[in-house]
Amino acid sequence: MPKIVAATGNEGVANALRQVTPDVCAAYPITPQTELMQRFSSFVSNGQVQTELVLVESEHSAMSACVGASAAGGRVATATSSQGLALMWEILYIASGLRLPIVMPVVNRSLSAPLNIHCDHSDAMGARDSGWIQIWSENAQEAYDNTIQAFRIAEHLDIRLPVMICYDGFIIGHSISRIEYLEDGEVQNFVGEFRQVNPLLDIEHPLSYGPLILPDYYMEYRKAQDEVASKVSKIVLDVADEFKKLSGRKYGLFETYRLDDADIGIVILNSAAGTTKDVIDEFRDRGIKAGLLKPRLYRPFPYVEMGEALKYLKAICVLDRSDAFGGSFGQMFLDISTSLYPYDKKPLLINKIYGLGGRDYLPEHAEHVLNELIEITRSGKVKAYKEYIGVRE
Amino acid sequence: MKLKGWKEVTPGAVILEAGNAIEFKTGSWRAFKPVWKKEHCIQCLLCWLYCPDMAIKVKDGRRAEFDYDFCKGCGICALECPGKKGIKAIIMVEEEK
Ligand code: SF4
Ligand code: SF4
Repeated sequence: MPKIVAATGNEGVANALRQVTPDVCAAYPITPQTELMQRFSSFVSNGQVQTELVLVESEHSAMSACVGASAAGGRVATATSSQGLALMWEILYIASGLRLPIVMPVVNRSLSAPLNIHCDHSDAMGARDSGWIQIWSENAQEAYDNTIQAFRIAEHLDIRLPVMICYDGFIIGHSISRIEYLEDGEVQNFVGEFRQVNPLLDIEHPLSYGPLILPDYYMEYRKAQDEVASKVSKIVLDVADEFKKLSGRKYGLFETYRLDDADIGIVILNSAAGTTKDVIDEFRDRGIKAGLLKPRLYRPFPYVEMGEALKYLKAICVLDRSDAFGGSFGQMFLDISTSLYPYDKKPLLINKIYGLGGRDYLPEHAEHVLNELIEITRSGKVKAYKEYIGVRE
Repeated sequence: MKLKGWKEVTPGAVILEAGNAIEFKTGSWRAFKPVWKKEHCIQCLLCWLYCPDMAIKVKDGRRAEFDYDFCKGCGICALECPGKKGIKAIIMVEEEK
């Protein structure tokens, strides 16, 4: 029987980690860490989970310890946010390059400077090309569900790659909402036993991790890593199917909302998708064919599937809660543009940057964007391809 | 030796067999070369202990010649060597060009 609770997103994800019971969790216990790790460390202290919790002196060390523990043979998890993820950067590539199935919730928050602790997606977007799988979550339920599924995806023998589960800091992390918990036993059955294929601690079969690979072989390893990414989508879908049987909740590579017959559409990640869906309902009530696409598997990016889902529309706005500075566009805009590039007939695309550093995303922002899309379909003209919204002049 | 293609390399570049440093000859890195002066050697074997590679051979419990296939010329052995009455049994000389 599922248990329904009122809990913060961080509490929910900490509970998912407790239910999975990783062998090792290495974490840096104070800022920029979140309440998630505080909750999890309480579980450890209270004997409610048998995980070896290693409290290290920085996020760089946290990820390094995770790399060691995972290579050694353990099921490993950690969590981070904002500057913490930025400090892990070097080791993120080592975790994915060594193909270590580490699971890490990332509570999305902005990057300094200016110093700010609130939600945006700059942290995870900065790590989008690090070889980690990224799964994004709209609300606390999705964050909880995705964390459980992440272990199965990461540890799948065809891939063995680390996974980040992204959800919005404060908006989801700190707010209390309804979460349906699975039973401990159900979660443990679902994730099963973990077996590291090449454990360093297997002293009968000594082996080496992290050798020097020079120009004669480096590209072969990189090509193999690029190739393994192509297997991820199918595994994500298979795990989602199995999870649906257990929980009744359906997941895919992305979620579409009233998109099938839409003329105009919004592509948006995480919690802001919820607000946008309400506004889309209002527009639909007025007879305007508006829809939404919310990516879930963001890395590897399902370019083909996204392109197929979006190519029929007349105009699309991609809303990014982060910006790629240097005259570029928001990161997701670049990915969506790429997924539509192969088609001769394709929607007009615009990019809005919103919600940086925790700036509220309000229904009127979605209305503003949808009205602009209506105008674009009418006139066939785009005023500005990229624009900040919710910003003072 | 035929180089492997990307489909054949081990995931994560893990090396599955132990003890294969022997296939990787580090001797070509050397700019300075250690030379053993047997007459000053007290057979303490500190050089064997300190050598970071496998370049100091020991035979029947006694120090034998350098294995220059693996000596990278770091000079640690020469630094650590106590020698006899203060005269070192290992000296570093520049490799001939
Ligand atoms: S120079 Fe360095 S590598 Fe060569 S024998 Fe001495 S300690 Fe070993
Ligand atoms: S350290 Fe010097 S004295 Fe000792 S065994 Fe080596 S060469 Fe001989």
